[in-house]
Amino acid sequence: MGNTLFDKIWDGHIVASRSGHPDAVYINTHFIHEVTSPQAFDGLRKRGVPVFRPGKTRATADHNVPTLDQHLPIKEALSRKQVEMLTANTAEFGVELYGLGHPYQGIVHVIGPELGITLPGMTIVCGDSHTSTHGAFGAVAFGIGTSEVEQVLATQCILQYKPKRMRITVNGQLKKGVVSKDIILYIISKISAAGGTGYFVEYAGEAIRSLSMEARMTICNMSIEMGARGGLIAPDETTFEYIKGREFAPRGEEWDKSLAFWKTLRTDDDAVFDSELVFDAADIEPQITYGTNPGMGMGVTGNIPALAEIEEKEQLSFSKSLQYMDLQPGTQLLGKKVDYVFIGSCTNSRIEDLRMVAEFVKGKKKSDDVTVWIVPGSKQVEAQAIAEGIDKIFEDAGFQLRQPGCSACLAMNEDKIPAGKYCVATSNRNFEGRQGPNARTFLASPLTAAAAAITGKVTDVRAMI
Amino acid sequence: MDKKFANLVSSVVPLPIENIDTDQIIPARFLKATTREGFGENLFRDWRFDENNEPKADFVLNNETYKGRILVAGKNFGCGSSREHAAWAIGDFGFKVVVSSFFADIFKNNALNNFILPVQVSEDFLAKIFRAVEKVPTTAIEVNLEEQFIEIKATGEKEHFDINPYKKTCLLNGYDDIDYLLSLRNEIEAYETTRPFNF
Repeated sequence: MGNTLFDKIWDGHIVASRSGHPDAVYINTHFIHEVTSPQAFDGLRKRGVPVFRPGKTRATADHNVPTLDQHLPIKEALSRKQVEMLTANTAEFGVELYGLGHPYQGIVHVIGPELGITLPGMTIVCGDSHTSTHGAFGAVAFGIGTSEVEQVLATQCILQYKPKRMRITVNGQLKKGVVSKDIILYIISKISAAGGTGYFVEYAGEAIRSLSMEARMTICNMSIEMGARGGLIAPDETTFEYIKGREFAPRGEEWDKSLAFWKTLRTDDDAVFDSELVFDAADIEPQITYGTNPGMGMGVTGNIPALAEIEEKEQLSFSKSLQYMDLQPGTQLLGKKVDYVFIGSCTNSRIEDLRMVAEFVKGKKKSDDVTVWIVPGSKQVEAQAIAEGIDKIFEDAGFQLRQPGCSACLAMNEDKIPAGKYCVATSNRNFEGRQGPNARTFLASPLTAAAAAITGKVTDVRAMI
Repeated sequence: MDKKFANLVSSVVPLPIENIDTDQIIPARFLKATTREGFGENLFRDWRFDENNEPKADFVLNNETYKGRILVAGKNFGCGSSREHAAWAIGDFGFKVVVSSFFADIFKNNALNNFILPVQVSEDFLAKIFRAVEKVPTTAIEVNLEEQFIEIKATGEKEHFDINPYKKTCLLNGYDDIDYLLSLRNEIEAYETTRPFNF
């Protein structure tokens, strides 16, 4: 029996597998940021242990940074302290930092790929659940807690139980107005926010293969929203083409050898998965969520389920969720007035996302009632957007192009949606309070978000293109 | 942090909500601390307090009737963000055990790494606990790690729970993963010599 790609990478990184113990897995690349690392560095100090392989960890400041006036000191004292502590810790332990003001600064899951640090066949971890993003390159990438960050800093290894394997195949071609974000929201709505728990997912099929690298990253990014440890896509020519020539990517002879290895990274034809799911791209329409977990989603023209359609033991949670959203069971979302549109986050803040939005809004103006924030994923994305004149298109439309960071995805900085307001967001979580206390989030694709920005309402973008 | 896990008999705090995500357990705006202490104060912040920071009377943690070191919650507990601050907040508040019919993976690891025991029970047993506590709020539950069972003391209803033998040893003795990984130094260095590239 053959092996899955996930097995090949995982098994190839086991340093020790002692009976009764979880696997000790070697980590090729470790990303850190200001929020989940200070206690880990503190732990090293208490143990008197150095960072074992400082060259294999890269740091950036993203979760807590302002998205306006980044050249000024951070106003909020606690945020400033956390960012300063990252600077001090990385300096003390010899870790490279792309901090505020650095041309490589940005959301950790945006900069890894764009700098050519993220490569096929790697094991990658970060103290952030959306580390699954890097799986788009055929890497085993997953989020970890701070104790595990400390493990990796101290030993370049992590103790981990091997997840089971799931394959999700999406056949066929996407219809007009439907993009990769819709694929992943659709899958999560079908299998629930816990449908992938205990699994590592491989995405396959024609619809996945046809996607660009950035679109693939959007899919893998949200693997955690179905509970999966991570998700990956076997590398192919699209992957190699994307990596070639990037800042830290292999060059010359090293490139040739790497490429030869990467071409072996695929699931064997006779490999067996613990679970197999198959979907058809033609069934997918633009998606939107109505509830307070990412599994509570539907096609944009659909109706919120009626209470009777919900299993009895889940009705309490369902009702609590709709009460928070101030929505009625059985009703449509289409036409619902929105107050904010947030286009950003590690899910949808890359240059292709910004291009997609710019192409759609060119010559249009936002609705007077909507505030629109566009937050690029990195300094490089921001620079590229300006070079292409995308900033002008946004300005003309009345959209605010801000500076890179996680921003209103988790509202750790000042970018909060006010209580009771509705926001169409391209981010990954619609949890209660995620975008600010009592803020209400509708998750959608950049296209659907842009359409809402123009009309001021939840809109079927297909009618506008 | 109280490292060693001893046998525990306690009343419980019931939270029969499903898909409780780590943003509810500890909202992101409270993740700005740089130490592990003090997060209990903001555990379930937006469910516990209103916008004027007044306790919400209808939330279980504000109800004097329910106390104890065991939190019992609906399925898929701890989903969402990987923030270990969620486990720190639960531990700092005073809980030693979380019982649910299903845990999110990262939360489960984080809890174990902080000597908080996630006890996964059947849907049926979870419902029994909720019913028992609804009837008698001071219902005592025993969580016995050594013998791996959970018992509703008043009725004697009992269920076995699973835990990895390594993690069980860690909890009973107060060992952590880094102690073990540091002991593998020679193996790690030997492994590195076998890898030509950084992947």
